[in-house]
Amino acid sequence: MRILLLLVAAGFAAVANAQSVLVWGTTQVPRHFNPAVQSGIATMMPGAQIFASPLRFDEKWQPQPYLADSWSFQDDGKSLLLKLVPNAKFHDGKPVTAEDVAFSIMTAKANHPFQSMLAAVERVETPSERIAVVRMSQPHPAILLALTPPFLPVLPKHIYGDGADPRNHARNTNPVGSGAYRFAEYKPGEHLILEKNKDYFIPGRPHFDRIIFKYFKDANALSLAIERKEIHFTPFWGELAMIPRFEKTPGIAVTQKGGEAIGPINWLAINTKKKPFDDVRVRKAIAYAIDRDFIVKKLHGGRTQAAIGPIAPASPFYNPAVEAYKVDIARANKLLDEAGLKPGAGGVRHALTVDFIPGNREMHQNIAEYLKPQLKKIGFEVTVRAAPDFPTWAKRVGGHEFDLTTDSVFNWGDPVIGVHRTYLSSNIRQGVIWSNTQSYANPKVDELLSRAGIERDADKRKALYQDFQKIVVDEVPIVYLNLLPYYTIHDATLKNLPQTIWGACAPVDEMRR
Amino acid sequence: MAYLAIVLRRLAQAAGLLVAVTVLNFTLIHLAPGDIVSTIVGEMGGASEETIAELRRAYGVDRGYLEQLAIYLGRVAGGDLGTSIYYNKAVFSLILDRIPATVLLVLTALVIALVVGTTLGVLAARYPGGWFAACVNLVSLFGFSAPVFWSGLMLLLLLASAIPILPPGGFYDVVAGAQGLAKALDIAHHLVLPATTLALIFLALYSRLARASMLEVLGSDYVRTARAKGVPERVVVVKHALRNALLPVVTVAGLQFSAMLAGAVLVETVFTWPGLGQLAFESILRRDNQLILGILLLSAVLVTLGNLITDILYRIVDPRIKTDG
Repeated sequence: MRILLLLVAAGFAAVANAQSVLVWGTTQVPRHFNPAVQSGIATMMPGAQIFASPLRFDEKWQPQPYLADSWSFQDDGKSLLLKLVPNAKFHDGKPVTAEDVAFSIMTAKANHPFQSMLAAVERVETPSERIAVVRMSQPHPAILLALTPPFLPVLPKHIYGDGADPRNHARNTNPVGSGAYRFAEYKPGEHLILEKNKDYFIPGRPHFDRIIFKYFKDANALSLAIERKEIHFTPFWGELAMIPRFEKTPGIAVTQKGGEAIGPINWLAINTKKKPFDDVRVRKAIAYAIDRDFIVKKLHGGRTQAAIGPIAPASPFYNPAVEAYKVDIARANKLLDEAGLKPGAGGVRHALTVDFIPGNREMHQNIAEYLKPQLKKIGFEVTVRAAPDFPTWAKRVGGHEFDLTTDSVFNWGDPVIGVHRTYLSSNIRQGVIWSNTQSYANPKVDELLSRAGIERDADKRKALYQDFQKIVVDEVPIVYLNLLPYYTIHDATLKNLPQTIWGACAPVDEMRR
Repeated sequence: MAYLAIVLRRLAQAAGLLVAVTVLNFTLIHLAPGDIVSTIVGEMGGASEETIAELRRAYGVDRGYLEQLAIYLGRVAGGDLGTSIYYNKAVFSLILDRIPATVLLVLTALVIALVVGTTLGVLAARYPGGWFAACVNLVSLFGFSAPVFWSGLMLLLLLASAIPILPPGGFYDVVAGAQGLAKALDIAHHLVLPATTLALIFLALYSRLARASMLEVLGSDYVRTARAKGVPERVVVVKHALRNALLPVVTVAGLQFSAMLAGAVLVETVFTWPGLGQLAFESILRRDNQLILGILLLSAVLVTLGNLITDILYRIVDPRIKTDG
C-alpha cells in the first residue's frame, strides 16, 4: 500500500513539474480578489497577478511603466496625464482603455478603505482611448503610488460597471483583469488556481503556466508543507521561531528583501484621553520603562528590528534623529513623581490594562505579558486583557475603551496613505479601528501633515515629515516597539523574486526557475 | 392511527424545539461583542465611519436584536438560510459544498472504528488474560484518554513529518490535478490520517464494548451447548456468538454518530479537511453569523430527526412503550 501511495505521489509530482507550476503558500485567506475595494495582503497578492495597474514601483521607490507607458504632471501638479500601452487586453479579449482606467480610479476612490489615498481626485477625463487625465483638487504627491497594483487594479468597465455594488460584486471572486495570470478556479479557503495569460501585454512574460495559491489554516500546517517541499513560495512569513528550521533545510532559501513600502510597525498605543495617560510625563515614563532591546533580542530572538518612530526606516521620509527612549527606570519614576502619580500601598501608583490583538503571539501577547513585570518597576499594576477574537479587540480599541494596547499598523508606502490616519485630530472617530484611536490631538502636527500631504518638492516634504516625527515621538501617543519581520521562504531554485517595494503584493511576472 | 398521531405530535414538538434552538443560537451570537463588519474592516486595513455605517446597514447588523431575529426567522421559515457575508455566497450552497467531505470522513472513520474495534474486542475476548488482550486494553485506554486533536497532531508529526508518507492536510492534491481513479486514490491518500485520528477514540469504545459483550455471550448456555455438540470453535465464535455480541456495538455506533460529527470539527481543523467542521470553525472566528447559524441549524435538524426516528422505531419495535406519551 505504501509503495502504491508513493508511486501515485511520484506520478503527481511529475505532472506538476511538467506543467511549470508555482505553488504559493499562505495563511492569508482573501474574501475576494479585488484590491480596488479591499486592502490587505490576502487580496493584494492574488489581485496583483490577475489585474494590471497603471504603474508599478521598483526597489528604489521609483515609478515604472506598466499599463501606462508614460505619465506627466500638469497644471502645477493638479493633473496627471497617463498614456496607456496600445496592446493591453483583458482576459476576455476586450482592449484596456482609458475609460477602464477612469472607472477603476473612481471606483477605488468611492470604495477603497484608504480614503485619503484618492481623496484629492475630482474626476478622470478620457480625451482618447489611450489617454487618461486625472484631475485633482490639489497636488497629491502620493498619487503615483496610489496607482500601483496593491491599490489600483484596472477593472474592466464592461464587467464591473453594471451598477452592482463593487464591494460585493459577484465577479470579485471570479475576476477578469489584464494581468500576467488569469483566474481559473477558486475553492474558498482551500485554493486559487491562476493560469498564464498568453496575451499578456509584456512580451516574454510570465514564466509559469500556473500559479496555485494554497491556503493553510495556520503557520504550523504551512511550515510542514514548506519542509515537505510542497510549497515553492511563501512571502510575508512572520513566525520567527520557525525561521532557523527553514534556514537549515536544504533546497529552501529565506530572504527579507522586498515589500519595504508596506512598513509594518508593532507598537503600544496609549489612550491619551484617559487619566493619567493624558499627561505626557506619564506616557514618557512608560516609554522609558520599556526595554526595546529586550523585546527585539530576547522575545524575538534578534530577528526583528527596533522601531523608533511612526515611519518605517525603509521609507524615504524616515527620521532617525528622534528621542530613542533608552530604558531608564529612574528617569521614568522621576517623571511619574513630577506628574503627581505617587506610589500607594505596595508601591502601586496606578492600575492599568494592556490589551493585545489575538493571533500573532510573538508580536502581541508575549509583549503584553512582558509589560506586566516591566511596568511594575515604575509602579503600574498591569492586567493583561485577552480578547477571544479580532472583533472583540477591535470593538474595545475602536470604541476607545482601553488604556494601552499593542497593535500592528502599516505605512503602506506613503505617509498620506498609512501614517496620517493615526495622528490627525480630524481622524479621531469613535468605533473606527485604525483611526486615531489614541485620541491624540496637536494642531502643529495637523498642520505639518496637511502641508506635507500636498507638498510636491521632495526635500521640503521630507523636512515636514521629519518635524512631524520628532513631535509625535516626543509626545508619545504611541510607544514604538519593533518592525514586523516579513520573510519570504522559497524554493532555492526560484529566480527573479518580487523584491520591489511592494514585494509579493506586486506582479511576479518575472519570477522563474 | 395511533402511530400517525404520535408522529405528528413528535414532528410538532421537533419543530418547536428547532425554533427554540434557532432563537437561542441567534441570541448567543448576538450577545458576543463585535460583529462581521469588524472582521471585514480589520481585513480591509480600516475604514471610514461612513463605510462602516454603510456596511452595517448593508448587512443588516445596524438593526435591533428583535428586528434582526424576526427577519432571520422569517427567512429560515421560507427556506432561505441567508448569505455568508464573508464568502458572499448562499449559506445553503456553502454547506452543501462541504457536506460530502464531512460525510466521507465520518463514514470512513466509523467503518474503521467498527471493523478494527470489533475485531480487536472479539479477539481479546477469545483469548482473555493473554498478551494480546493486554495490548487491546492498552490501545483502548490510549484511544479513550488521548484528546483527538492531540492524537491527530502526533500522527501528523509521525507520518507526515518524521516519516513523510502521508500528506499533512487537505482533501486532494490540487497541484497534481488528477482526475478519475487517480483523484479517488489521491483523496484516499489524504483521508488516511484524519479518518484514523477520528476513528481512534471510537475504536477504543467499540473494542471494549465488543470484548465485554463477547465475553458475556461466550459464557452463555447456547454457546456451551454448541461446543458440547462438537461445533468447531471458529463456527461457534463467528456464527453463533459474534452475531449476538455485535448487537450492543451496532446500537452504540448509531447513538455515537452525532458525537463523531462533533469530533470531526476538531479533526477537520487539525488536518485542513474542507468539511462542515472546518467551515464552522472558520465562520465562528470570522463572526460570519449567517453561516454559523446555518451550520448550527443543520446540526440541530440532524440531531432532532435522529432522535425522532429512534423514538418512533422504539415504539414500533417494543409495543410495551406507551403510545400516549
